[in-house]
Amino acid sequence: MQFESWQALWHMAGHGPFVWSAYIIALCTLGAIIGMPLARNRRFLAEQRGIERRRAARAGGHSPEVS
Amino acid sequence: MWPIFHKLGSPRWFYQISGKCLPYLAALSVALLLVGAVWGLLYAPPDFRQGNSFRIIYVHVPASLLAMAGYVLMAVAGAISLIWRMKLAEVAMKCAAPIGAALTFLALVTGAIWAKPTWGTWWVWDARITSVLVLFFLYMGVIALHEAFENQQAAARACAVLSLVGVVNVPIIYWSVEWWYSLHQPATLKLTGKSSMDPSMLHPLLLMIAGFYLFYAWALLLHMRSEILQRERSTRWVRDLILERG
Repeated sequence: MQFESWQALWHMAGHGPFVWSAYIIALCTLGAIIGMPLARNRRFLAEQRGIERRRAARAGGHSPEVS
Repeated sequence: MWPIFHKLGSPRWFYQISGKCLPYLAALSVALLLVGAVWGLLYAPPDFRQGNSFRIIYVHVPASLLAMAGYVLMAVAGAISLIWRMKLAEVAMKCAAPIGAALTFLALVTGAIWAKPTWGTWWVWDARITSVLVLFFLYMGVIALHEAFENQQAAARACAVLSLVGVVNVPIIYWSVEWWYSLHQPATLKLTGKSSMDPSMLHPLLLMIAGFYLFYAWALLLHMRSEILQRERSTRWVRDLILERG
């Protein structure tokens, strides 16, 4: 390792705030890129399950006319 | 070749095939990004002039490369959707825009953070940086144009034209450091010829670039699958999928 201690790694000879903020922003951005479609899918599936349940309830409740 | 091309036009077939590729893409990209980041942060030697701030290269350069490559992909998808009216190409074009915009934003922000200790300023209206900012605006323009139309086909056509017109910016970004006097350093990575970077610094960078490319593929497939589910919501196969997932 290029650093003698974890503290030296964190500090990076004064460049720590620049380097770590860049990596944290990168992690958040990449996380958001992956998280967005997953969250969208969860919302979509919940919505569609509701629609299917209502559709099934309407089909089950529909009874033929008794003469 | 044509049967494959024809199959690619089927959203259902694409959804099934992409589902099989996703776990491998995800695992490989995360592994490469982890190894590359740890190697670059902990084991690569500091630069003799920039010190440890050079380690930002391991996120800045891959993000910049993918921002440009993503735009070219978006433009190619736009061309295919215009010429062959392929639904999947429209989906790819629509999904490439937000991913590319996020990566361009990342390139700009990490570049600004790197510029402060290196050049003493967060921002300079330098040819390379300005043209990357234009790329960001082009991505945002494509996203906004999609939302502006109610009709999906009209939206796709307009976005395809904008993508194709904007693609001229990509070689401008790439060659800007050669054509104009620029603070931004010239290319250290070369497709032909030896790189000017020491191997101890170059190898983690190559791993990060590979990791970012695989990450892009993973993200694009995820976005496209989500978009396909939305568009095909009234079809039998999507309804069966929803019922299957309970």
